[in-house]
Amino acid sequence: MSTFTLEVVTPERKVYAEVVNMVIVKGTEGEMGILPNHVPLVSPLKIAPIIIKKDRSEEVLAVGGGFVEIRKDKVVILAESAERAADIDAARAQEAKKRAEKRLSGKSDEYDFRRAELALQRAMNRLNVKQGR
Amino acid sequence: MAKGMREIKRQIKSKQNTKQITKAMEMVAASKLRRAQEAAVAARPYTDKILEVVSGIASSGGSVKHPMLQTREVKRTAYLVITSDRGLAGGYNVNVLRKVTTALRENHKSASEYAIYVVGRKGRDFLSRRGIAIAEEVTGLSDSPKFSDIKQVAASAVRGFEEGAFDELYIVYNQFHNAITQTPVLKKLLPLGEIKSTGEKADYEYEPSPEEVLNVLLPKYAETVIYSAILEGKASEFGARMTAMGNATKNATKMIAGLTLTYNRARQAAITQEIAEIVGGANAQQ
Repeated sequence: MSTFTLEVVTPERKVYAEVVNMVIVKGTEGEMGILPNHVPLVSPLKIAPIIIKKDRSEEVLAVGGGFVEIRKDKVVILAESAERAADIDAARAQEAKKRAEKRLSGKSDEYDFRRAELALQRAMNRLNVKQGR
Repeated sequence: MAKGMREIKRQIKSKQNTKQITKAMEMVAASKLRRAQEAAVAARPYTDKILEVVSGIASSGGSVKHPMLQTREVKRTAYLVITSDRGLAGGYNVNVLRKVTTALRENHKSASEYAIYVVGRKGRDFLSRRGIAIAEEVTGLSDSPKFSDIKQVAASAVRGFEEGAFDELYIVYNQFHNAITQTPVLKKLLPLGEIKSTGEKADYEYEPSPEEVLNVLLPKYAETVIYSAILEGKASEFGARMTAMGNATKNATKMIAGLTLTYNRARQAAITQEIAEIVGGANAQQ
């Protein structure tokens, strides 16, 4: 099976760097399955899990926004946050979810609303990945 | 003489205590410096990559227009000042704050011409003591700050520029050269101005469009630059503290040596005097 290198980079560190067979990401325009020799492309990402397929095994990473850069033999995902399922603190995500929900139900200006919405998305994303979707 | 000796002894003791503390602080700063340097290095790939993609877009399409790239007439300037929470770091905070106050004095006539964002308790206290209004502040950052810790202040500074609250954004921080040298710098962050194309032309497809990608990327890029400046500031802080505390330890050692010498002299003088008195007494009895 042909392969390519996948790197997931956050401002703090390199979260993932391995040779994989396929990665599925959710771009702003829709879901994309990236196989080797994909056409070079840049696209922003949604707050959603990415699915990595490698030698018949699958791994899911919780990626919080950012974008993907695809080159011939290499795919780089730049995200503000990215965690493996094992690294996610479920209790904290649960807490964040509750907080965001509370803020959304209360009245607030547009900016706060948008922020709470994003926080909720991030929390849900983490919980989904943690619970194996 | 005995009284003077006790006084000297007390001074030696006090210097020894100080030396212990400065020595410990030096070693703590040294180990934290290493970690801060690693963090600064770890943040680099992210920033480099974003810059690469941004310049890729800039070099591929001729008609890239974005408010963050364009220079406007400057009516109001914002400064993002990065200081530490704690002192005892030599000239670390003083240098940065002097840079800020000079810039404010030279470039602005009234307080309505600038906005200040500040990171670190020292900077906040200094500026608010001088009656300078602070738009937003972050204090109590950990020694290895996370991106999420500074995200808010970075985002609001960038947003202020986008919304036109100010027309320039400068960032003032200590640039890290090595453990002994840090220089305060005033760097223009926004507008980004001309982005140099890296020469390497990559034919990417942009989804949904180059403009949309820039819209997402440029604010992110600015935020990351702020983040790496904060990381560099942290490294500088520990470097400055390490050097300052190293000097303090050295000075304490020197003072202790000097005092010990005086102490021993005084002790010998006292002994000599005592012997002289005894001999004098014995002679008198003969």
